[in-house]
Amino acid sequence: MTRPFVLSSEPLDEVAVSQVVDQPGCGAIVTFVGRVRNESHGDIVDRLEYEAYPEMVEAKFEEIAREARGKFEILDVAIHHRIGMLAIGDVSVVIAVSAAHRGAAFEACRYAIDRLKRIAPIWKKEFTPDGAVWVEDRP
Amino acid sequence: MQVTIRFFASHREATGRESSVVELPEGATAADAFARACTDHPALARAAGAVAFAVNLEHVSPKTPLHDGDEVAFLPPVAGG
Repeated sequence: MTRPFVLSSEPLDEVAVSQVVDQPGCGAIVTFVGRVRNESHGDIVDRLEYEAYPEMVEAKFEEIAREARGKFEILDVAIHHRIGMLAIGDVSVVIAVSAAHRGAAFEACRYAIDRLKRIAPIWKKEFTPDGAVWVEDRP
Repeated sequence: MQVTIRFFASHREATGRESSVVELPEGATAADAFARACTDHPALARAAGAVAFAVNLEHVSPKTPLHDGDEVAFLPPVAGG
């Protein structure tokens, strides 16, 4: 059984994450899949390294889900984030939200990824042809 | 009192370590722990820009008093997603 809030050094499975939130009363599941892109603010990116504060991050994911449930008419939320070295095209984050209706599911999913970028203790190092740099404050 | 400090990302690279245990005077705050770490690791002072604080896995203000056995983390600006 896949857990709802996970930090993983293994590849993420977006179907498994959406199954976590599936239930009979849900008419919509919105799944956000974040991927490693080959460009950042005009610079070529070869790969990314993610680092996290593991003991804190899963509690923050739970907090984000709690906030989302308080703000939107949704049923369930699951958040999985990858850490370690990732290549272009690898999936870095998957967020799934289930709801009776699609509107709330879309809004809550957007809310969850925006909050994750602001409060989850996760850091990202970009490797470019000119060197490697920790990304700071680019939500 | 004794507290454990955790370093991440640019801070971890600047200090060359993931954590350290330091002795601080009673009444010391999270900000005091950071000042102490910058003294112990001058590269941290040079590398650190904006810093947020967590004590025992909760975000806190820099003025939060520490207690014996606490884990204090200095969090560089986050960039998940």
